[in-house]
Amino acid sequence: MNATTLTLKESPTVPLEAECLSPDVIAPLRHDAIAALPVFLGKHQHRLDDFFAVEGDGGDEMVIRGDVGRVKWIGRGMTCGKITVVGHAGMHLGAYMKGGTIEVSGNAGDWVGAEMTGGTIHIHGDAGGQLGAAYRGSLAGMKGGIILVEGSAGMEIGMRMKRGILAVKGPVRDFAGLQMKGGSLFLLGGAELRTGAWMIRGTIVCGKPIPLLPTFSHACDYSPTFLRLYDRRLQERGFSLPHRLGEGDYRRYSGDSAVPGKGELLIWQPSAGVPR
Amino acid sequence: MLRIIGGKVYDPANNINGEIKDICISDGRIVSNVEGGRTIDATGMIVFPGGVDVHTHVAGAALNFARAMIPEDHRRSAPMVRTAHRRGGIGGSTPTTFVTGYLYAGMGWTTVNEAAVPILSARHTHEELRDTPIVDKTCCVLMANNEILLDLLEAGEIERARHVAAWQIWAAKAYGVKAVNPGGVAAWKWGKDAKGLFEPVPGYDKVTPAKIIAALADIVDGLGLPHPLHLHCNNLGAPGNYNTTLETMKVLEGNRAHLAHLQYHAYGGDDWFTMRSESAKIADAFNANKNLTTDAGAVLFGDTVTITADGPWQHLLYKLTGRKWGNLDVENETGCGIVPYTYKEKNLVNAVQWAVGLELLLLIDDPWRIYLTTDHPNGAAFWRYPEIIHLLMNADFRREQMKSLAPKALKRILLPELDREYTLSDIAIITSAGPARSLGLPHKGHLGIGADADVAIFNDTPDVQRMFSYPRYVIKGGEVVLEEGEIRNVVEGRGFVSRPSYDEKIEDYIRPLFQQYYTMSFDNYPVEMERLENPHIHSCKSDG
Repeated sequence: MNATTLTLKESPTVPLEAECLSPDVIAPLRHDAIAALPVFLGKHQHRLDDFFAVEGDGGDEMVIRGDVGRVKWIGRGMTCGKITVVGHAGMHLGAYMKGGTIEVSGNAGDWVGAEMTGGTIHIHGDAGGQLGAAYRGSLAGMKGGIILVEGSAGMEIGMRMKRGILAVKGPVRDFAGLQMKGGSLFLLGGAELRTGAWMIRGTIVCGKPIPLLPTFSHACDYSPTFLRLYDRRLQERGFSLPHRLGEGDYRRYSGDSAVPGKGELLIWQPSAGVPR
Repeated sequence: MLRIIGGKVYDPANNINGEIKDICISDGRIVSNVEGGRTIDATGMIVFPGGVDVHTHVAGAALNFARAMIPEDHRRSAPMVRTAHRRGGIGGSTPTTFVTGYLYAGMGWTTVNEAAVPILSARHTHEELRDTPIVDKTCCVLMANNEILLDLLEAGEIERARHVAAWQIWAAKAYGVKAVNPGGVAAWKWGKDAKGLFEPVPGYDKVTPAKIIAALADIVDGLGLPHPLHLHCNNLGAPGNYNTTLETMKVLEGNRAHLAHLQYHAYGGDDWFTMRSESAKIADAFNANKNLTTDAGAVLFGDTVTITADGPWQHLLYKLTGRKWGNLDVENETGCGIVPYTYKEKNLVNAVQWAVGLELLLLIDDPWRIYLTTDHPNGAAFWRYPEIIHLLMNADFRREQMKSLAPKALKRILLPELDREYTLSDIAIITSAGPARSLGLPHKGHLGIGADADVAIFNDTPDVQRMFSYPRYVIKGGEVVLEEGEIRNVVEGRGFVSRPSYDEKIEDYIRPLFQQYYTMSFDNYPVEMERLENPHIHSCKSDG
């Protein structure tokens, strides 16, 4: 079956809320029903085909073309299937997602995969802040699934995450892993300030030296074997940890003792003579 | 003009128990007969007096603080979309003001008592009550930790305390007096609590919680307020607190009092691991003390948010849950704590709490003295009352529900042994007739001639939870506000205020204290009458 293809006609002036853009909604529908799906521009309801040229007849694969950087909630709560965004994606991409795959060729906005419980999101460009985070007030952020970002990311990524994997190749901004409760956060390109602030449990792996909070204390330098397992699985997706035998080890810090927490920060330390 | 025909009427205040009877309404009152006007055919339906909530938290600074603290609750609540008759808003644990009115009226409740108002935020509370449509409102002003009053009790100036209290009630435009953890909230300002009824409150030599309770109950009765002292006892929520509650009942002998949310005050055991129900002892003592009324403060499983003036307790609850905590200090008057909370079946403590609420409702033999509440939103949101009605009316359903409790809990509770089932007439008493009587609202809670025409009409079906969740018609003050499950007519509610008498010269005593201790000037302190929507003043007859 061919994928349903949606091509943006014109970028909306204000964000378009389109939580119908999910394989769960589209899969059972024929072309005309897809075209008539409701989207919201501000408080006004419109039809999907007011903004998108619709091709195809349902099925659990969909391709969205055009700069949908102002289209919110793509893949919200999806449980299966695949969404490919050729271009940039807007805020709340894959929020509350339970399964399936989202792939974005360009950049993505804030709150990608917020409170997700399963599935995979792969962003080939940069992403915004609050990836895999808990929405304001919620006790927990992502509880499962994988988020991969090839570029950089913004603030508060992995905020209150509980399970799952979040890996960013480029640099991230402040408060990565804020109030983290579990799960694994890979910051391969380093981070700005206050990484792991208030973290209770979970693992943050950092590929570059980062400024540390005073409430993290040095525990030991070692090469945890479990990281090889992560490395192998991440390499399948084009991500690799700077974990090479004999090239260095990880400096383990525990914290955040301000909470107090039992989280760990693993910071890669190359051996002398190995270029960073 | 309106005539309701063919309905089975439950009006326990007038000894009517399921009789087929016509109800006639004119000018917002129940009358003996009407000519013309609309007729509602209530054949196959039951007719109840509108519900009265004796203890709820629906407006004011604390509630707003809670609203701001729980966006996650707002997100998971279904929004109420604006219609031609209704404003938009959201429900959940702390519904918006307008939605609070729609939800109460939407299940046939027409009068609510906002149970905790600091005088300093009374103006705000009245503004919010004004925006809570349809239902009539009363509110109770917080006094048991007011430093001006405590200082007078320390000095033994009871007569002056009485005039100050009366002045404060009128300043707050309140209806009754609330006491929360007497002395404990004042002690909380030093990081302490008042756990012993007969031990001096930290910061005082002579004032003990027992003295505060006795003095306030006496002042309230002496001033002739329609509602007795509304008391949240010391040691709320603590294992073993039933002793404090029994002692409190002794202190109250000779006065009227309403013990709020009794469920939270009926626990045995020494700690969280040995906590058990002591509802039998509490119910026995309560049954014998005819001067008291109470409300259940029942708990239902699920997410909610706890809001109380009991600051020290809320700090403990925060430490137990590790979740969010809000703490408010209200200058010389009181405090407040807010902690979001989830009651879980598998949690021993929560299971005991759930059982104790129901046990008290079943063990206290006089339904006229115990009323249905959840201490909204502390035990559960008020819109879940129909679930409790279902539990009370059906012992088999209770047994079914008990299967999901933590197995250990079954040994700590009495509920498995209780077979009593409420009748519809009992339900009409605990949801309407009883609380109206306790609040001293003679025109509420019944359908006799001259009563306010607040009527709820339900389908007569065996599924009581559904029946009480979705009334067929709700009539408020003679206006049909709900039909076919939909709010179709939004009327304004009234605000009931008490006017106790006091010596005007008492202001000369209070004024300098304001200059010295308050951030608000004396002249800006009392709430203006214009703040209230349709005020209805109850002039009190004092005994002095």
